[in-house]
Amino acid sequence: MTSTAANETYFISGARLLGDAPADLLIADGVVAAIGADAAADPRATEAVKIEANDQILLPGMVDLHTHLREPGREDAETVETGTQAAALGGFTAVHAMANSNPVADTAGVVEQVWSLGRRSGWVDVRPVGAVTIGLAGERLSELGAMAESRAGVRVFSDDGICVSDPVLMRRALEYVKAFDGVVAQHAQEPRLTEGAQMNEGDVSAVLGLPGWPAVAEESIIARDVLLAEHVGSRLHVCHVSTAGSVDIIRWAKSRGIDVTAEVTPHHLLLTDEKVRTYNPVYKVNPPLRREQDVMALREALADGTIDIIGTDHAPHPTEAKECEWAQAAMGMTGLETALSVVQHTMIETGLMGWKDFARVTSTTPARIGRVVDQGRPIAVGEPANVTLVDPSARWIVEPTEMATMGRNSPFSGLELPGKVTATFFHGTATVLDGALHHRRIAQDNA
Amino acid sequence: MKHLLSTYDLSRADALRILDVTEEMAAVGTREVKKLPALRGRTVATLFFEDSTRTRISFEAAAKRLSADVINFAAKGSSVSKGESLKDTAQTLEAIGAEAVVIRHGASGAADRLAQTDWISAAVVNAGDGTHEHPTQALLDAFTLRQHWARVHGVDPTGTDLSGMNVVIVGDVLHSRVARSNLWLLNTLGAHVTFVAPPTLLPVGIGNWPCTISYDLDEALATGPDAVMMLRVQAERMNAAYFPSTAEYSRRWGFDDARLSALDERGLEDTIILHPGPMNRGLEISAGAADSPRAVVLQQVSNGVAVRMAVLYLLLSGDH
Ligand SMILES: [Zn+2]
Repeated sequence: MTSTAANETYFISGARLLGDAPADLLIADGVVAAIGADAAADPRATEAVKIEANDQILLPGMVDLHTHLREPGREDAETVETGTQAAALGGFTAVHAMANSNPVADTAGVVEQVWSLGRRSGWVDVRPVGAVTIGLAGERLSELGAMAESRAGVRVFSDDGICVSDPVLMRRALEYVKAFDGVVAQHAQEPRLTEGAQMNEGDVSAVLGLPGWPAVAEESIIARDVLLAEHVGSRLHVCHVSTAGSVDIIRWAKSRGIDVTAEVTPHHLLLTDEKVRTYNPVYKVNPPLRREQDVMALREALADGTIDIIGTDHAPHPTEAKECEWAQAAMGMTGLETALSVVQHTMIETGLMGWKDFARVTSTTPARIGRVVDQGRPIAVGEPANVTLVDPSARWIVEPTEMATMGRNSPFSGLELPGKVTATFFHGTATVLDGALHHRRIAQDNA
Repeated sequence: MKHLLSTYDLSRADALRILDVTEEMAAVGTREVKKLPALRGRTVATLFFEDSTRTRISFEAAAKRLSADVINFAAKGSSVSKGESLKDTAQTLEAIGAEAVVIRHGASGAADRLAQTDWISAAVVNAGDGTHEHPTQALLDAFTLRQHWARVHGVDPTGTDLSGMNVVIVGDVLHSRVARSNLWLLNTLGAHVTFVAPPTLLPVGIGNWPCTISYDLDEALATGPDAVMMLRVQAERMNAAYFPSTAEYSRRWGFDDARLSALDERGLEDTIILHPGPMNRGLEISAGAADSPRAVVLQQVSNGVAVRMAVLYLLLSGDH
């Protein structure tokens, strides 16, 4: 960590930009300085750190609209430092930190705290999400405007973990955030229909005797919210869509011109509720793992654009929160360090998507939804060098104890997956090199 | 067999073996000295996170009749929410020397968790987990049914299954571990099961289960079942909108005196009534039905001890 990050210069030879033909690329002064023949010809190339890309794929740095960093309040589960290290290793250059910390991020003060912890960490851009309601209690709107106008510049508001179930409150939130181009990210879960719910309601829950979480609890809220968004002319984002029925509703809403976007998690693209038969709480998550036909519908929807983006819903927990009975265990899975591989496995290896689509769903569109400037940009001369180099032919076995996140609760533990992030550049600084953490970008103006 | 966690995965051969050993164990219960030396020096722990004096005593009696030492651990009044650590408690019991852990727990899957993690190496017996399974209850029910079926047909029960038998199970299937365990086991043994319940008390997905579903008890009884098993209605269901009132429940789904006489009128003298106990007399079953000669409730209780002896014996005797 000795070199001065701001002045790093890198010459990447033979990288396939978004999967296209190999080209050289020069990163200098935090931006993409030259591409192709110009890069080799650039005088700065001679002194640059050389990276042989060997046909690896260069992508815009991934942007996560849905990360739980746990700090402040649950530093035993994750900190901004460890969470952003995990993000960098996963190929991310920006993450949105969900508001369900302790204290809840429902004031300008807390979002600025998270924002400044992120600036200090220097691994990725940390964008705080503001709570829609005070204390996530679902009763009164938080000071959404104050959070929007704070230094954190909040644009995404969510009570994630809890649904804004009161239709009047949801309407007001959708209306109000229009004043500062914000978006409400809804955790769609009708609370009365999911009281005591432990897993997807269906064939498996019936046999296991675990209280079921019906698909309609998600679908009824999405149906209501797209109609509310249409009525008030606001934009709505649906978090972690998990059912085929939800996909149908979003497809209908988009065909009607409603300004709705949606995300799917990597784990919902791969795992089904059959995993719950083990009663291993590592598979306990909200929304729950669904059926095979839901997984297939989600993949199709991501491929055809009905679902806009990947959101990891990275949710680290301490070991004891998972090393217990199913009913007692915490909900959630880690996801930052496996997201790329799981998406490659489920979407690219299946032929449903190419790497350009991958860039769209993991970078360009999430950055646009979250209004993150300098991220999700094209890889072009003069653009901020927020880029990720991926070896798509690498294969690796997921070992949670070797991850940077403090959470060991990966549902992919022991699984062999394709694709490895070999380098990540955050505003021109290599945060990851040779697949390992390199060094952080020196903290920006902390004024 | 290393553990007994459910009847879902129990093979026909293992089920029959348990029932056949139960025959031998039941014979011990009729002797003057009701004790076998089979498990002398072995230790069985009962780990009850949920109160159930009946089940605990049954297991304890079974272990003692086999001369095993018994450690009772009652996590008194504790619930999963109070954070009594399953792992720590089980490891403590094993450290004390328990070779078999009989666990009752309010959380579905708790027994599976103990068996599938590396927390302990002892044999695990599921004595009821949440709304998942209660395999020894199903085994004692099957044993009781087999005794009856063999007597009606004048055959030796040993080695026989329940092929051709029609069993009607009535009540809160949704929340009943007894109903689940019975369905899988009875199905494995060749019996046909009909569930009768209000639609609110049947799980979503039950359409794929190997059974007939009915909302009408009289219709089900008109088919002339060989046995009717009434499930206990849990008090907490009564105010939770699963059904409008206890009066309506008992009218539509209770085994009352009128339904008892309907069996007589149809000449179904061999139809027996089972109940896992404790009974809500006047709700799911009338006093007249509960005390009628058709009711085999006490037989179920004494068979319970024999079944649990067989299970502990098979798990601990090394005779796998
Ligand atoms: Zn959520």
